[in-house]
Amino acid sequence: MSTMTTEQTEALIQEVLEVYPEKAKKDRAKHLAANDPTLEQSNKCITSNKKSLPGVMTIRGCAYAGSKGVVWGPIKDMIHISHGPVGCGQYSRAGRRNYYVGTTGVNTFGTMNFTSDFQEKDIVFGGDKKLDKLISEIDTLFPLNKGISVQSECPIGLIGDDIEAVSKRKSKEIDKPVVPVRCEGFRGVSQSLGHHIANDTIRDWVLPTRDNDNSFQTTPYDVSIIGDYNIGGDAWSSRILLEEMGLRVVSQWSGDGTLSEMELTPKVKLNLLHCYRSMNYISRHMEEKYGIPWVEYNFFGPTKIAESLRKIASYFDDSIKEGAERVIAKYNAEMEPIIAKFRPRLEGKRVMLYVGGLRPRHTIGAYEDLGMEVVGAGYEFGHNDDYDRTIKEMGNATLLYDDVTGYEFEEFVKAVKPDLIGSGIKEKYIFQKMGIPFRQMHSWDYSGPYHGYDGFAIFARDMDMTLNNPCWGKLIAPWKATGSEAAAKAA
Amino acid sequence: MPMVMLRENAAGDMTLYVAKKDLEDVVTSIEFDQPDKWGGTITIGDGTSFYIDPLDCPPKLPVSLRARRG
Ligand code: SF4
Repeated sequence: MSTMTTEQTEALIQEVLEVYPEKAKKDRAKHLAANDPTLEQSNKCITSNKKSLPGVMTIRGCAYAGSKGVVWGPIKDMIHISHGPVGCGQYSRAGRRNYYVGTTGVNTFGTMNFTSDFQEKDIVFGGDKKLDKLISEIDTLFPLNKGISVQSECPIGLIGDDIEAVSKRKSKEIDKPVVPVRCEGFRGVSQSLGHHIANDTIRDWVLPTRDNDNSFQTTPYDVSIIGDYNIGGDAWSSRILLEEMGLRVVSQWSGDGTLSEMELTPKVKLNLLHCYRSMNYISRHMEEKYGIPWVEYNFFGPTKIAESLRKIASYFDDSIKEGAERVIAKYNAEMEPIIAKFRPRLEGKRVMLYVGGLRPRHTIGAYEDLGMEVVGAGYEFGHNDDYDRTIKEMGNATLLYDDVTGYEFEEFVKAVKPDLIGSGIKEKYIFQKMGIPFRQMHSWDYSGPYHGYDGFAIFARDMDMTLNNPCWGKLIAPWKATGSEAAAKAA
Repeated sequence: MPMVMLRENAAGDMTLYVAKKDLEDVVTSIEFDQPDKWGGTITIGDGTSFYIDPLDCPPKLPVSLRARRG
């Protein structure tokens, strides 16, 4: 199928909405749209960050997932207590693949699960005593931890425990920061509020700790990487580029990050913001309080990387600008053979994306570098400002879907017939069984990194490996194949 | 009484941001924009307006201020 016109896309949306009852149809219609890149603001065409409709299949997570899983979790030298019943932490344990260096269980704790394991009696009598005891135990067993965060699960808010009081008391006792985070899962409509809550707790409990301490030796080239969670090593392949152009990366938020790195962030000269959705709050705060400008960048695909490196360099003097050009020239030469190899195999293929709050727009450039086209994109928990940024990147009349339901996504895919889908584990097997090549774009399908030049090489290989896998031609049993199909396969 | 944040965007225009609503737009008019009085009704690109109690001098951006629906 060739590209669709706005009318066709709208007709498709109408067709898909047909099955819903009147009220649900009205609600869902606001979340689906045909893109119009001429619009400056997305709220004219799409509604987002609203409560999901009861009764439909949504792919969203909860505020606890946003705080514990995304923002706090990767800070490797702190212990993050999943405060409440055991399941929330256990079922999400180590699933995110945010890599780090260190000895797990000794000085880093990223893949471990700490929980207060609530039982009936804790719900009835309150869990503050248990938390108190737990923190002492943790500090005895893992003395090299640099601090503790208490990530509330749903029951904590419901039974009204005073985790702030316990945290304050214990913090004095063990002489380390203990941060209470009110990220109960029922707050907000998705994990996005959890990001915000986590940002606010970092603002209140972490950033001010070194406000009057100027012992840290700064340089004019200090930057910090904000909103890179080091999925499969993403932050590392980004960091080397920045260092190569002459900058000094003081902190990584929060993939492979440490508490002291975060505390030092207010001393940097520029904040580099990759995931806007989850960490714009703290960047705006640092701009206001410490006067640190922030800049959004995109390290997916050589075109966007070069653009971003130049944008970042424009905040610094000529030596950095030259550094950026040097880096771009060096790696572009390396990228040429990669593009030459994979582009012919992928040219013209069409992709539909449905990821969290950043990648649907950020990866578009990388696909385009490979000659592929993104024909549909949507966010699980994006807000208006994410769509503002997306509509300019996407082609005219392409599909936009916010918080898409399982049913809608399937119907869209049947109609649009993309060659590749990029989404999460919950969608993966449905679409693979429909015979459509699929890549997980949250966890990079256990591959990665995808950021930076090194990452692009892996990205290109992975996309080729998935799309051109011979298995897609073997979905029909040979004895069921008709003559023409068999001939097509042989060809 | 939402908190709004005023900052300068890359193009050098003043923008107003309301975190709770993900609303960020360029400021199109400010009622008082004098060296000794700044604030009042502020209108942004999409037509929404906010009222900020006038300040004695223009603030240093970025700044968070309490605003009322204008
Ligand atoms: S919604 Fe509540 S119970 Fe469910 S995972 Fe989130 S915090 Fe846990």
